[in-house]
Amino acid sequence: MAQDVRFADIEVGQSIPEACMPTIGPVQLALFAAASADHNPIHLDEQAAKAGGLPGVIAHGMLSMALLGRMLTRWVPQRRIRHFSARFTAMAVPGDALTCKGVVTAKREVDGERLVDLEIHAENQRGERIVAGHATVALP
Amino acid sequence: MFDQALVGKEYPPFAMEVEKGRLRLFAQAIGETDPIYFDEQAARAAGYRALPAPPTFPFTIAMEANQPLLVLDDLGVDKTRSVHGEQSFTYHRDICAGDTITGRQRVAEMFEKKGGALLFIITDTWLTNQNDEPVCDLRTVIVVRNG
Repeated sequence: MAQDVRFADIEVGQSIPEACMPTIGPVQLALFAAASADHNPIHLDEQAAKAGGLPGVIAHGMLSMALLGRMLTRWVPQRRIRHFSARFTAMAVPGDALTCKGVVTAKREVDGERLVDLEIHAENQRGERIVAGHATVALP
Repeated sequence: MFDQALVGKEYPPFAMEVEKGRLRLFAQAIGETDPIYFDEQAARAAGYRALPAPPTFPFTIAMEANQPLLVLDDLGVDKTRSVHGEQSFTYHRDICAGDTITGRQRVAEMFEKKGGALLFIITDTWLTNQNDEPVCDLRTVIVVRNG
């Protein structure tokens, strides 16, 4: 379970713990399709993906974002997350292993809440950014 | 050209019962290992009423009701020509197993880029729980390739 990180211990520019995720495979994509209600065949069916002009099946963007979310909930309890956003910048495919990273960009206090802003992203094994965005967490 | 009249359109409300089996499947699918997402006792020990929904689950609540496809249908765009460009979540309260979540989606903005080759559709979705309390706001950007 996530440790209780404290606002006073955070410095702008510091990295949060990286999260290395297991290699994405077809079973994970099938499970995610069912669990997430995204049944688009480009994530499941090689023929359908090729018919759609893709080189083969691709991972769901929301799966990559969910992995970024796992980095956050490993770092702080989920309840501390106030905002979480991501841009889908490249496709992840089966065989890719994503590493999630985050850096503190600001500390501020709003309405009595101590907020920490982060830039976050997930990259594949070649260092290509798959998804990139921001998160804000409230810390004690 | 796209139909600018769609901007401001609000779709009929939708609802989903958040089932614990579904949350466990979702947690498994994203490779989650933290027991609070699987074991009710662990969830309660962490201060949750029941199994919590992971941070990106609110998008699935919208997907379950086909919300991202509604505006594409209105535009007569085939979904294979669209991609999910961006997604954001602003959190107000926990979503837990046993909750009934109601949502409303509104088209916030539409604009073209690259001389009309790309159409950006931005929608806002508000989720509330069975007590009418806001739980999560979503902003979704969908990009459509024209022509």
